Amino acid sequence: MTRLHAPADLVAWKDQIRSRIDPQQTQISVCTGTGCASAGAGKVVHCLREELAGNHRGQKISVKATGCHGFCERGPLVVIHPSEVFYNRVKEEHVPEILTALDEDGVVTKLLYVDPQTQQPVVKEHEVPFYSHQQRMALGKNGLVDPCEIEDYIALDGYAAVAKTLTTMTPVQVIETIKQSGLRGRGGAGFPTATKWEMAANNITARRQSGGTNGSGAPDTFGYVICNGDEGDPGAFMDRSILEGNPHGVLEGLILGGYTLGANVGYFYIRDEYPLAIQHMNRAIEQATACGLLGKNILGSGFDFQVIVACGSGAFVCGEETALIASIEGERGMPRPRPPYPAESGLWGKPTIINNVKTWTYIPLILLKGHEWFRGIGTPTSPGTAVFSLVGKVNNTGLIEVPMGTPLRHLVEVLGGGVLKGKKLKAVQTGGPSGGCIPAELLDTPVDYESLGGIGSMMGSGGMVVMDEDTCMVDVARYFLAFTQIESCGKCVPCRLGTRRMLEILTRITTGKGTENDLITLEEFAVSVKATSLCGLGQTAPNPVLTTLQYFRHEYEAHVRDKKCTAHACRELVTYSIIADLCKGCGLCVRHCPVSSINGERKMPHEIDPEACVRCGSCYDVCKFEAVQRD
Amino acid sequence: MNEVITILEHQGTGRDACVKVLQEIQGVFGYLPAEALRYVADHSQITKRQIYGVATFYELFRFKPPGRHQVKVCRGTACHVRGAPQILDAVAEELNLHGSEDTTEDGEFTFEKIACFGACALAPVTVTDGQTHGAMTPDKMRKQLKAILKKARAGKQEDPS
Ligand SMILES: Cc1cc2nc3c(=O)[nH]c(=O)nc-3n(C[C@H](O)[C@H](O)[C@H](O)COP(=O)(O)O)c2cc1C
Ligand code: SF4
Ligand code: FES
Repeated sequence: MTRLHAPADLVAWKDQIRSRIDPQQTQISVCTGTGCASAGAGKVVHCLREELAGNHRGQKISVKATGCHGFCERGPLVVIHPSEVFYNRVKEEHVPEILTALDEDGVVTKLLYVDPQTQQPVVKEHEVPFYSHQQRMALGKNGLVDPCEIEDYIALDGYAAVAKTLTTMTPVQVIETIKQSGLRGRGGAGFPTATKWEMAANNITARRQSGGTNGSGAPDTFGYVICNGDEGDPGAFMDRSILEGNPHGVLEGLILGGYTLGANVGYFYIRDEYPLAIQHMNRAIEQATACGLLGKNILGSGFDFQVIVACGSGAFVCGEETALIASIEGERGMPRPRPPYPAESGLWGKPTIINNVKTWTYIPLILLKGHEWFRGIGTPTSPGTAVFSLVGKVNNTGLIEVPMGTPLRHLVEVLGGGVLKGKKLKAVQTGGPSGGCIPAELLDTPVDYESLGGIGSMMGSGGMVVMDEDTCMVDVARYFLAFTQIESCGKCVPCRLGTRRMLEILTRITTGKGTENDLITLEEFAVSVKATSLCGLGQTAPNPVLTTLQYFRHEYEAHVRDKKCTAHACRELVTYSIIADLCKGCGLCVRHCPVSSINGERKMPHEIDPEACVRCGSCYDVCKFEAVQRD
Repeated sequence: MNEVITILEHQGTGRDACVKVLQEIQGVFGYLPAEALRYVADHSQITKRQIYGVATFYELFRFKPPGRHQVKVCRGTACHVRGAPQILDAVAEELNLHGSEDTTEDGEFTFEKIACFGACALAPVTVTDGQTHGAMTPDKMRKQLKAILKKARAGKQEDPS
């Protein structure tokens, strides 16, 4: 691998890589992100390579396995460059057709995406509504680069921000640029990044000047920069996709952070459920080290930097910064009171900056393109873009990136293509277990920190779950509480016991044993847990309960007063029966009932034994004559 | 214990190595065998107390060997609203597991509920023996488990030992 000693070497390398790329050469890029991979993208890549190997077409066509393109619902995705022809739901058996079409300059019509609104096939990637309404910054290079090839990243001006910054900007200038850009942390709370950095930089400088020693096991440095890749919000995968699809982009941000703060060691903390992200990041670090973008005297600037990957072990609270630090130190991942903030005393007692994956990804972009560029997108108080993983009961699920301030409605109806099966939208949940449920009436709310906070929810790190008429909001509140209760570290009483009490009440309500008094007690608990917990987990755990109580109180009341779940989601409150007049006695439900609770003779009306019925709803789903009734 | 010796050599013997040492031990054995933990406590600055504290804190660690087949079902939000609870129930019923039991008596299956695989766009998501499946249904899940069981039983009959 090329060894870089000065910024000019990087430019020369980039030119050399670019000169090797023939813009007219056909390139088939296949998304091999987690979604597409599980739908069989690996086989598609393999099959493409086999077909092309030893074939005359092999020289003219190359195959690239890239990270997540975002439109996971439609995977595996294939994009042909330079024509930008976009295929979805591609299987290995389609490979010969794709190649034949390429030879004949045609397209495989059946693999094109069909716009559900117009019923017309769409040929090019950027014409697909899911993509055409996005503005990609953080996700920009996903889908363009092979995450395991540093040269792909360098060809797209990768590490140019490192070259520019390390040799022409002082740390003070960098902080000033970030301040001007108005960048706010994307991990959830939206804290201004420059403010945090300034504090840590001052603390590190002070320690450097006064000498100072190392703690146990600590690498030699006066401070640390950490990338928070714990992504604890269940139902969100933005950070995963970026770490997997563009690891060098995040790594470049971390190097820039290290330089700015005067920290010589950086960490990636990545959750263990993300093996591919860990693997790709390790590989990126190896490659960057081999060519001199990590290690001693980077590009002749005199700045030394080393990066270590630490893995989480399945504890949500470790996404909280002080718990994350304890976890890297090898201890139980319990939060501690702040102050002191990590920027004063963090990992091994040294000033430490922790930022989210997306925050780090913006850094090189801002330093390369300037703060005006970043400020030009989004709203005055929330500049830049928002990345969401749009999931749940929506037609187009996947990763989206839009300017801050875009109305929620636009995300759900245009990018998301509306609610699944034409059902009625009930709510949109943002912010994960810390966030809230936004009712359909407030769908015109713009997505930015202040607007979402103002209606009781929050930006969060980017989870966005769409809920329809079949989703029970009490069940959702119970679901989140069950999650936070399990994940509560137990250090402080309000959170440890408060979430437990709240969960008990919610369980009573969803099983038909709740009373109206329970609603009052629930609200009281919610308010006091929020006010008195030690860390963000406890302080935000009541949010899903409070917002559902605020916007969907009638559902709670139906559960406690009428013992009814209008969404038919709470098992104990639903009964199934067969309408004799409609039942044809086909026996399909009998075969699907897991507990053999349906009886009846063939061609005669059947009956469900209510004692044996486990209310799984299989019969309701399979009956072709709508003879199964659900109350 | 050779594996444990190598791990300690590689990760060091300071207190700060605890999480990594346990992760690697579990990587090798699939769980945390008592002898391995005792060895670590005797040959490093990591104490028994710290090991127990750390191992019980993080959900990943287990003290018992896992079953021959791993069934993981996502309990994340995206999967929850698209029907994960029915799948979780189906697996527990099919494998006859109650309460906090996670491994079948015959040691054939270990059933884990996962916070989120990060494949939420394909909800509901399950991972059986490393293979990810999207848009899962209770029916498909039961069939999958039955097929594995059938194969395992057939294997046992063929195997003369
Ligand atoms: C319970 C809890 C879980 C958190 N999980 C995450 C997470 O998964 N990823 C993340 O970036 N920040 C998470 N945070 C926020 C971090 O503590 C921290 O504020 C953030 O990483 C700072 O980065 P930012 O300034 O770039 O947003 C969590 C906070 C709490 C209280
Ligand atoms: S609020 Fe909950 S998670 Fe946070 S320190 Fe207290 S018990 Fe632990
Ligand atoms: S919520 Fe199930 S994979 Fe994320």
